Amino acid sequence: MSGTFLGMPAFPVNAADAVQNSQLRHNLRRATHTIRDKRSRVVAEVPDWAELRSAAKAIKDAALRDLDRHLLRLEETVQAAGGHVHWARDAAEACRIVTDLVRATGETEVVKVKSMATQEIGLNEALADSGIHAYETDLAELIVQLGDDRPSHIVVPAIHRNRAEIREIFLRAMPDASPDLTDDPAALAEAARLHLRQRFLSSKVAISGANFAIAETGTLVVVESEGNGRMCLTLPETLISVVGIEKVLPTWRDLEVFLQLLPRSATGERMNPYTSTWTAATEGQTFHLVLLDNGRTDVLADEVGRQALRCIRCAACLNVCPVYERAGGHAYGSVYPGPIGAILTPQMRGMGTPLDDSLPYASTLCGACYDVCPVAIDIPEVLVHLRDRSSHPRAERAALRAAGWMLARPERLARAQRLAFRLRRLVPRRLPGPLSAWTDTRDLPDIPPESFRDWWKRTEGGTR
Amino acid sequence: MNARDTILRRIRAATADAPPAEAVSRGYRTAGGAVRHEPGEDDLIALFAHRVDDYHASVRRVPAGEAAQAVGAAARERGLTTLAVPPGLPEEWTSGLTAVRLLRDDPPLAPGELDRAGGVITGCAVAIAETGTIVLDAGPGQGRRALTLLPDYHLCVVPADRVVRGVPEAVALLDPRRPQTWISGPSATSDIELDRVEGVHGPRVLDVIILGN
Repeated sequence: MSGTFLGMPAFPVNAADAVQNSQLRHNLRRATHTIRDKRSRVVAEVPDWAELRSAAKAIKDAALRDLDRHLLRLEETVQAAGGHVHWARDAAEACRIVTDLVRATGETEVVKVKSMATQEIGLNEALADSGIHAYETDLAELIVQLGDDRPSHIVVPAIHRNRAEIREIFLRAMPDASPDLTDDPAALAEAARLHLRQRFLSSKVAISGANFAIAETGTLVVVESEGNGRMCLTLPETLISVVGIEKVLPTWRDLEVFLQLLPRSATGERMNPYTSTWTAATEGQTFHLVLLDNGRTDVLADEVGRQALRCIRCAACLNVCPVYERAGGHAYGSVYPGPIGAILTPQMRGMGTPLDDSLPYASTLCGACYDVCPVAIDIPEVLVHLRDRSSHPRAERAALRAAGWMLARPERLARAQRLAFRLRRLVPRRLPGPLSAWTDTRDLPDIPPESFRDWWKRTEGGTR
Repeated sequence: MNARDTILRRIRAATADAPPAEAVSRGYRTAGGAVRHEPGEDDLIALFAHRVDDYHASVRRVPAGEAAQAVGAAARERGLTTLAVPPGLPEEWTSGLTAVRLLRDDPPLAPGELDRAGGVITGCAVAIAETGTIVLDAGPGQGRRALTLLPDYHLCVVPADRVVRGVPEAVALLDPRRPQTWISGPSATSDIELDRVEGVHGPRVLDVIILGN
């Protein structure tokens, strides 16, 4: 296990390994079932959930439709409140901007709030190359960082680890951990508290993402649980927030929708313990906002696929997905795993590698993800759309063209069926060559002696 | 072309053919709608108290004139010897604290001093009944953000007239230009096997006193 997703094989190869790992499957099953049950309970007590969901969809769609205008407004309001705004076309540019900003402070250590955008651009690695150490402060991110591991869930990145494994990681990688540390979650959380306390009090620079950025007022919002976010946002002299351009909401009022949907969808709580909102330079801080594209405008250009940009990273789709539950997050080869990752990653990175080409197939199309999505992203629709765009083997294309020709006329189908009935004794139980991949795991359906239409005609609808 | 212009150009190209944005229909409850009650939650204050209690924060409800006694009782119960106090907190609330040294955040206390304080007492800007949330906006009696973060104990006095039904009412009352901290129970994590543990980096104990009816 290493800290990078680069060069990973296609999803089926990764998933095949994961499903053999019974510890992983046990951890994932337990965790996803706990969280999805909690979510159902707190969603059921909101009488206007459907209306909130459709308003959220409409707000995000409107924000994306006029994204240029809202971003310019955000830039203006943040600057007016004393903040600095930077624009980054891609990961490398964003990393360069942040590295330069940290260097300008003279610091070589920064504290970090859990942020998907900074993981996506590989910021920690880029900072390390410049001699700057980034300390993750979210408990799960700390577990991942200390374990030289990769995140496997958007909200609970260490979901693949159980308490005994976490204790092992802490004992190994946390110099100040007591040798008597137990695997009680409260004791593990306490160890993290003590480990990070002094660092919070002495750090001069913090890096965060944001859940929402309000164009109208220049306000940023971070939703969290532990208080590590508040520590990073409040205590250091310099705060740098890296925010994807799709995080913009037009108005302050829009928060009334998302602050109801996000906590209930993400952790199954009526409200998360802490939400911080701040408008640029606050309480004497220096504030930098880095607006990140990194493939988002490519997603925006796809008429069907652009709905993925509505995502608020709640991970409800992961928790209900039968594929995620069994394959785990690492198999998706991206910081965005699960159903949303299967549509976001190939669109943002562009298709072409075996991994990215395989992601739209990492689904049974059962639609559970769409049902729970608080911003109504029709993930199955986008998956099918992307399957259409991914490359298909020549034999498959030829076979489907032939099927299309046959199904276009009823008489062609009838003739093909009669041919199949006559040859049915010759069809083997297992198919030869590349087709064996299908019959290795499935029975070939029995071919009946006649078609339904023929049977109906012969028996006059079963009356003879 | 610089990054800003490139990104804006990409956005305009990507959305050129998209239909104009539709008006957002806000069909959800924006004020005064029905709440799904549990027994004993016949009013907003009771609902708020119940929802705060769900987060394992303790809640007391006292008449408006009895703030000092309630604060004193909480301090005794928690064994406090020092308590940080933000500027603008009503003097009356701390008038019953004879055995507790008050650390006034004026001028601001150093982070180390705050870290060593036994606790902090504040009021609040708004409280949300449905979600059991307290919102601080750095107004009088609430203090700067670090004040309620570093001490391990937070005693929050919520005047009953600050309690609103839901999130939309709170958002409407709050000023986005002020830094806000929305607090729902003590600091917590569910990062280990989705098991909720109270108390990570923020205050591990939250006591709420609801003042008046």
